[in-house]
Amino acid sequence: MSSSEINKNEVDIVIGALNADLTQFLNSWRPFFTGFHLIIVKDPELKEDLNIPEGFDVDIYSKPDMEKVVGASNATMFSGYSCRYFGYLVSKKKYIVSIDDDCVPAKDPKGLLVDAVSQHVSNLENPATPLFFNTLYDPYCEGADFVRGYPFSLRSGVPCAASCGLWLNLADLDAPTQALKTEQRNTSYVDAVMTVPLKAMLPVSGINIAFNRELVGPALVPALRIAGEGKVRWETLEDVWCGMCLKHISDHLGYGVKTGLPYVWRNERGDAVESLRKKWEGMKLMEKSVPFFDSLKLPESARTVEDCVVELAKAVKEQLGSDDPAFTQAADAMVKWVQLWKSVNSSG
Amino acid sequence: MVEPANTVGIPLNHTALLKDELDIVIPTIRNLDFLEMWRPFLQPYHLIIVQDGDPSKTINVPEGFDYELYNRNDINRILGPKASCISFKDSACRCFGYMVSKKKYIFTIDDDCFVAKDPSGKAVNALEQHIKNLLCPSSPLFFNTLYDPYREGADFVRGYPFSLREGVSTAVSHGLWLNIPDYDAPTQLVKPKERNTRYVDAVMTIPKGTLFPMCGMNLAFDRDLIGPAMYFGLMGDGQPIGRYDDMWAGWCVKVICDHLGLGVKTGLPYIYHSKASNPFVNLKKEYKGIFWQEDIIPFFQSAKLSKEAVTVQQCYIELSKMVKEKLSAIDPYFDKLADAMVTWIEAWDELNPATKA
Repeated sequence: MSSSEINKNEVDIVIGALNADLTQFLNSWRPFFTGFHLIIVKDPELKEDLNIPEGFDVDIYSKPDMEKVVGASNATMFSGYSCRYFGYLVSKKKYIVSIDDDCVPAKDPKGLLVDAVSQHVSNLENPATPLFFNTLYDPYCEGADFVRGYPFSLRSGVPCAASCGLWLNLADLDAPTQALKTEQRNTSYVDAVMTVPLKAMLPVSGINIAFNRELVGPALVPALRIAGEGKVRWETLEDVWCGMCLKHISDHLGYGVKTGLPYVWRNERGDAVESLRKKWEGMKLMEKSVPFFDSLKLPESARTVEDCVVELAKAVKEQLGSDDPAFTQAADAMVKWVQLWKSVNSSG
Repeated sequence: MVEPANTVGIPLNHTALLKDELDIVIPTIRNLDFLEMWRPFLQPYHLIIVQDGDPSKTINVPEGFDYELYNRNDINRILGPKASCISFKDSACRCFGYMVSKKKYIFTIDDDCFVAKDPSGKAVNALEQHIKNLLCPSSPLFFNTLYDPYREGADFVRGYPFSLREGVSTAVSHGLWLNIPDYDAPTQLVKPKERNTRYVDAVMTIPKGTLFPMCGMNLAFDRDLIGPAMYFGLMGDGQPIGRYDDMWAGWCVKVICDHLGLGVKTGLPYIYHSKASNPFVNLKKEYKGIFWQEDIIPFFQSAKLSKEAVTVQQCYIELSKMVKEKLSAIDPYFDKLADAMVTWIEAWDELNPATKA
């Protein structure tokens, strides 16, 4: 789907600014961001002013804006990588595309720059197929289709809630892995989009992601903060937790989550070995989260995304709360998030 | 436009992996000339040729290949009355080859599948890739967004639970096809000119609890781990359905693999599929299947095997009872199929006494 076919008015590009100088970032994305409305949210803990080049249609939000909209005590919910969620909250558009500020456009095997925005929107606009695996991957793309043996009743698919993109160069590996394989870079361009099947869990990365805000907005919860959470992805888990919630709720409500294209090119930032020095709490939390989500059943009565988030928060508190205070805080944050979402997005 | 690889001049692989532990099973009705192109990659391996159709016909096998060949007379002789479970006039007969093999691994390929080229133009050694897939673990319990984490250059991504990184044993490696894609008849009729030119450079594990359409054209599996479940059903002559042999096996195999904690991979390797079968003939064969699969799929999706089913054979027998109980109502064919599933296991255990529970 070329960018001329997308209705740009339906998309907000939300960027979380953890670094003040966005000149290089935005200039590199200019060919693909032009014509779109941008929401740039400044990490409330970032002291310097943002440096943004001319020529973009952009609204910038920073700590004072957060405090005005959600109150001073709630503004802490949006520190670090979670600042972008404030952008999700105040957006009025149908689709959100979010890319970390250390990523630039990637090149495909033909040497052409990848229009990640168009690819994400195309993924979101086409149905997902979580109920049966298609061995030729995305059946709706040019040159492909459903294979022999794919039930016909499942061929119209379900609405796509999220599109998870990937990364060339510096892949989204955890600190221990990257520290062990310091030279490893991802050079493999896998030319496919696919739907992650029903009930399958996956680690969603916030580095390169898009979602249907109208469909599942409240499910993208800025909730889980690990102790000593930092300003590099190796020191966070907020997106992985958010993704587990999102996938579970999507499965429950009959939506799909896609993964694969588009790729972005991720640059070096931070030091994996340095990050390892901080005791990596994330590992423990993931180990506890997996069996929880694996056995979790949301009540049939939860039919809206908001209700699902609230029920999920309840279950987190009940079943995981005693394991680690981070889970109790996450549960509380999820409930608060739904309240904020409702109040900010109430009609009028 | 995608083309097959030219393998002339590729040296014979003398260090062929697992050459004494793997059999290549090929069903055929005409000739095996296609093997000439595969020679550099496949000659070191033993072939089991299952000749379908007229047993008096002689199948031409290119020089230099080590093989055993079974025609219908052989199948009848070896299995006696149990031969009724092996299809006639359908490539489903290939599963006889799985049963009669004495090796740990099987690679099966159709006689219209040639060597594919990767995007750099290099000939793809499909068997080598299948072996790599089978020898390294699968990860069905949590999806890795960078696909096969054990491949060179890949790994588990941030957030992937450490306790799940050892993976599970891989039972099946399902390969794909460039050029003629494996479409059903209705799709073939609507898109007769569509060719698969997209080389997706990934292997991935199909998550636990997810079913998929398993194609038998380019398939490898660990016979010790899952062999008895690879029954390709009753198709062809005298049967109301065709082109669902591999699908049926795939659904049974996936349910059993999920139950036993085994992995199923799909993706690389590609072969080049050269022949498009006649869509009108295919439609007649598939017709009933298209309706029946609407009931069959929910059946497999909800099939629960008991804790007591700990071997593949036990799982398979349990499944056959469920088929008889729940699917016979759709058509008496399923009653026959359920019986054939039991016959298959009996025949398997007779020919493979060491693998009995």
